[in-house]
Amino acid sequence: MSEQIALTGNEALALAMKQINPDVVAAYPITPQTEVVQLFSQFVADGVVDTEFVTVESEHSAMSATVGASAGGARAMTATSANGLALMWEIVYIAASTRLPIVMPVVNRALSGPINIHCDHSDAMGARDSGWLQLFGENAQAAYDNVIQALRIAEHRDVMLPVMVNMDGFIISHAVENIKPLADQDIRDFIGEYQPAYSLLDPDQTTTYGPLDLQDFYFEHKRQQVDGLEHALEVVLDIGREFYQLTGRDYGYFEKYRLDDAEIALIGLASTMGTAREAVNNLRKEGIKAGLINLRLFRPFPVQALREALQDIKVLGVMDRADTFSLNGGPLFGEIRNTLFDFGNKLKIVNYIYGLGGRDINLSDLEGIFRQLLEVKENGKVKQLVNYYGVRE
Amino acid sequence: MVKLKDLTKNKGLLSGGHRLCQGCGASVIVHQALQVVENPVVIAVATGCLEVSTTIYPFTAWRTSFIHNAFENAASTLSGVETAYRSLKKQGKLAADYNFIAFGGDGGTYDIGFQALSGAMERGHRLLYICYDNGAYMNTGIQRSSATPWGANTTTSPVGKVIPGKKQYRKELTEIIAAHNVPYVAQASPYHWKDFSRKVKKALEVAGPSFINVLSVCPRGWRTAENKGMEITKIAVETNVWPLYEIEDGEYHITYKPKKARPVIEWLKPQGRFKHLFAEANTGMVEQIQQHVNRRWQKLLKLSGQAQ
Repeated sequence: MSEQIALTGNEALALAMKQINPDVVAAYPITPQTEVVQLFSQFVADGVVDTEFVTVESEHSAMSATVGASAGGARAMTATSANGLALMWEIVYIAASTRLPIVMPVVNRALSGPINIHCDHSDAMGARDSGWLQLFGENAQAAYDNVIQALRIAEHRDVMLPVMVNMDGFIISHAVENIKPLADQDIRDFIGEYQPAYSLLDPDQTTTYGPLDLQDFYFEHKRQQVDGLEHALEVVLDIGREFYQLTGRDYGYFEKYRLDDAEIALIGLASTMGTAREAVNNLRKEGIKAGLINLRLFRPFPVQALREALQDIKVLGVMDRADTFSLNGGPLFGEIRNTLFDFGNKLKIVNYIYGLGGRDINLSDLEGIFRQLLEVKENGKVKQLVNYYGVRE
Repeated sequence: MVKLKDLTKNKGLLSGGHRLCQGCGASVIVHQALQVVENPVVIAVATGCLEVSTTIYPFTAWRTSFIHNAFENAASTLSGVETAYRSLKKQGKLAADYNFIAFGGDGGTYDIGFQALSGAMERGHRLLYICYDNGAYMNTGIQRSSATPWGANTTTSPVGKVIPGKKQYRKELTEIIAAHNVPYVAQASPYHWKDFSRKVKKALEVAGPSFINVLSVCPRGWRTAENKGMEITKIAVETNVWPLYEIEDGEYHITYKPKKARPVIEWLKPQGRFKHLFAEANTGMVEQIQQHVNRRWQKLLKLSGQAQ
């Protein structure tokens, strides 16, 4: 184990990539991910990694070249944000259906339009049905730890699917935090030497990637992707346990905070949940039984574990930093209501769509949201199911 | 030197039994190109006729490693494979030598895949990109591309009551790729198989990106008889509609010069897509095409130092 150092979120991601030392990185700079690409280019220029870096002309080519490199038997990575992810979109799906274990940090930023460079989750949520695993992390440490674990999850033979590691743009990517990186050797031991399942560059056999797959087999292949995601539910926990033994840092599907005796709770993703933890502490001092779930695994969605975790909650607030424009709540809200529909208890659920385009959410906002949940608990009525929180109307 | 006798003995890397149309130029081009490849090769193919007809799961006609990713990214995909190769070689994880060849139609090359191709060429990957240029989006049913000749009838540049086919001249992609300062660029035709295979060999020998643009007959799109493809491909060269040349480190060389150029009408006449040019209402269009071909040929002579 190495010492604690101060890094920005982007520096932490770049450090993780450096220590992983992938065979190939193909990436295109985009705010707020740019620093990751710059730092990694410097590692390549200084010869401190073995990686061949492909300075592609677009994110579409970044994902295309990453797919090519991965199919060529390389451990291959890329990284992006917002519109970059949107430009990749076509190949993001192909990467998953081709079962390539690519790990991609996504520094979350609002998706245009209007154009905006600040944090929300509309970019990641646009890719939620692509077949990738999606991990979210609250801070730079979580992003760093998630990248390392993502590699093992993706490459696990029972999974063989790409993983998106999400980290909040600017709020985390550009803020300096103390993090505890692993020693290079610990990472090398943890991730091991990459052994591709099938490589275009296998001298002993030819390999075909991307054939035309019509009515006879397409459906079976999509079903196999689902199998991979089902297996991932187990693998995520196994790798998390192994990582805990190495670091003492505990990762599963989600973090439960003061939830055991809680009556009201929030569930949400990423940096907001750090602030929400503080709100829980403040409310607890007043004797209010508040708690939270900081969700790490969004794809696949850990349905069973969430049902168990939420069984004694009376009122749940669902925090969405993206909208679905369905007029039926945000993406996480949809998942949660779907998860709890058959639950058979009296749990009330309220959706808060917040923070779009980087709109700040602070401690008093989150305390206020908890107080609204408390009101619902006391009078048994949800006044407004879907709330746009913090917007001028 | 490639010998015809050797070529006929070599069973090739693209097997029969694929589902390309009768008379299609693409399989002939692939077959000729791969005859001269000595190393194991990784093939990337853009979405298009060649791709959908040769790898219908669970079958493949390719006796090579093969990747298809999407329509517009054969070049960037193969640049990823080639980078994996360099990385693994450098690290001592791979011993074998490989060649990398991408095939794309004019849709996947001139148009939707143009950016990816330009990027891959500029970055200097050691790969050969071969465009089988049949002058339209044939796979989706003969829509115009930027490689479609002026005046041609396609389903999105149809001959109508007021517009007589495509209104733009084709883009000179071969020259555009040469402007990337890549070491080897050429234009070829499968009728001139010896010239083509020599160009493929040269392309694979250069230590950088290479590009060969090959005229590929499409009986469906050109409205020509299935058994006339090679003859029409030959006429394209004899009329200077499709000159054979190469650009080595920026130097132009014409590799075949017709003794006396045949008139373009001989190229246009056998093709149904140009039928309307001979209608009374369109008098002058054939002459306009002839003028354009003449101008292009003069320019090529200048570029190759054969004219002032």
